[in-house]
Amino acid sequence: MTTTAERNVTGTAFTRGLGVVTIAGIVLLVILGLFVSPADVNQGESVRIMYAHVPGAWLAYLAFIVTAVSSAAYLWPRTRSLTWDRIAGASAEVGVLFMAISLITGSLWGRITWGTYWTWDARLTTTAFLFVTYVGYLAVRGLGGSHQQRAKRSAVLALLAVLEIPLVHFSVELWNTLHQEASVAGRGTDVTMDGLMLFCLFLGVIVFTLMYVWLVLHRQRALHLQDMLDDTGLDAALAARRAEANV
Amino acid sequence: MDDLGFIAGSYVVTFGAILVYVVSVVRRSRRAGRDVPRSERPWT
Amino acid sequence: MNDSNRSLASFASTWSTARSMLGKDLLIERRGRVLTNQVLPFALIVMVMFAFALDSDAVLERVAPGLVWLATLFSTLFIIARSFAVETADGALDQLRTTGAPPAGIFLGKALALMIQLLALVVVLIVAAVVLYRADLSWEGGVLLVTTALAATSGLAAVGTLYGGLSAGAKGRETLLPLLVLPVVAPVLIGATRATESAFGTNGIAVGEGWPWLGLLAVFAVMFSVTGAIAFGSLLDD
Repeated sequence: MTTTAERNVTGTAFTRGLGVVTIAGIVLLVILGLFVSPADVNQGESVRIMYAHVPGAWLAYLAFIVTAVSSAAYLWPRTRSLTWDRIAGASAEVGVLFMAISLITGSLWGRITWGTYWTWDARLTTTAFLFVTYVGYLAVRGLGGSHQQRAKRSAVLALLAVLEIPLVHFSVELWNTLHQEASVAGRGTDVTMDGLMLFCLFLGVIVFTLMYVWLVLHRQRALHLQDMLDDTGLDAALAARRAEANV
Repeated sequence: MDDLGFIAGSYVVTFGAILVYVVSVVRRSRRAGRDVPRSERPWT
Repeated sequence: MNDSNRSLASFASTWSTARSMLGKDLLIERRGRVLTNQVLPFALIVMVMFAFALDSDAVLERVAPGLVWLATLFSTLFIIARSFAVETADGALDQLRTTGAPPAGIFLGKALALMIQLLALVVVLIVAAVVLYRADLSWEGGVLLVTTALAATSGLAAVGTLYGGLSAGAKGRETLLPLLVLPVVAPVLIGATRATESAFGTNGIAVGEGWPWLGLLAVFAVMFSVTGAIAFGSLLDD
C-alpha cells in the first residue's frame, strides 16, 4: 500500500487537456456573460442568468438520456458490462447537480422578472419532478447489495423514469390549462437576441457540455475504483478468514 | 441593485456547486486510489 | 409442444400463478386484518386532520376531492410496504421464483390484490368525504366516480407492485418507497382529483368534464401494468 498521496488518480492526458479548455471556457463565459454582453431590451440585466440556467437545464436532460441509454446497454445481454452501470450512475449524479443549479438559477431569474421565486407552469413543475425522480434514482443506487444487483435495479428505474417523464409532463400541462392565470408568457427565451447574447448562450452550452464530459469521466472512474475496492475488500476478508482457519 | 446581487449569486451558485462536486469526486478518488495500484486501473 | 400450445400453456400458467398470488394476499389480509384495523383508521384520521388544518367548511368542500386522493396515496404506501414485507419475511418470494412461477403472474396477482384493497379504501374515503366535508354526489357523478376509482386504483396498484418489488428486502426500504412512488403517481393524483371534482360538482364543474381525465388514468394504468408485467421478472432475479 503506497502512502504517498497521489494527486491525480482518475486523470489522463485527455482529461487534463479537457480540463484546461473547460476552465478557459468558463472564464470566457463569465467575462462575456456577466460583463461584456449587453442587457436585454425586455428582461434587462437578468438575461445574464440565462447563460448559466439554460445550458444547465439542457445538459441535465442530456445527462438523463445518457443514463437511460447506458442502463439499456447494461440490461441488454450482449452488451452487459458494469462500466455501463457506472456511466449511468455518474451521468445521473451530474444530471442532478446541473438540474439543481438550473432550478435555483431559474428561481432567481423568476424573482427578478416575475417577482416570485416559483410558479406552477408545466415546464417548471415537470423539471422539479424530474429532479426528485433522479434523487430517488441515486438513493436506489446506494441501497447496497452486489454490483450486479445495484446495476439491475437502477437500470430498470432509469428506464421507468424515461417512461414516466412524458406522462408527468402531459398531465401537468393538462392540469395547467385549467389555471390560465398562473402560466405567464414564454420563459423569456422567445426574445430576439442580440448576436453576442446568442453567442453567450452557445458558449454556455459548450462550456457546460465540456464540464459534463469531464465530470462524468472522472466520476465514472472514481466509481470504478470504488467497485474494485469493494471486490478486493471482499477477497481480502475471505483470505483473512482462511488464514485464521489455517493457523 | 438587489437584482445584480441575484445575478452574481446565480453565477456563484452555479460554479460554486460544480466546484464543490469536483472537490468531492477528487477527494473520494484519491482515497480509493491509495489502495488500487496504477497497474490495475483500466485508464492508465 | 408446438409454439401455440407452448404460449397457451405459459399464458395459463401466468394466470393460475396470478390467481394463487391474489388468493394468498387476500387471505393474508383477511387473517391479519391490517387494512381494516390499521390502514383504514389511519386514512380516516388523515381526513380528520385535514379538517383541523384547513379549518373552514367552504375550503374543505372545495378541496374534498384532492384530500380523498391524498389520503389514498399516503395509505397506499403503507399497503405496498406490507404487501412486500410478507414476501421478504421468510424469503417467500425467492422460494416462489425457484418454483419457476412466471414473474408476470406474480406481478398480476399482487397488483390485483393491491387494487382490491385500494378500492375498499377509496370507497370508505369517499363516504367519509361526503359525510365530513359535505361533498355532494349525483347518480351520474356516481358512475364517473366508480370508473375513476377503478382506473386510478389499477394504476396505483401497478406502480406500487413494481416499485415495491424494486425496493423489497433492501435496507432503508420504508423511506425509499415514498420517494420513488409519489413522483411517479402524480398523473394519477391530478387525473383522479379532477375527475372526482366533476363527480362531486365542486366549484360548479359539470360531470361531463371529468371523463377526459379518465382517459389519462386509463393510459397510465395500461402503461404501468404492461411495463410492470415485463420488468417485474428482472427485479426478482437477483
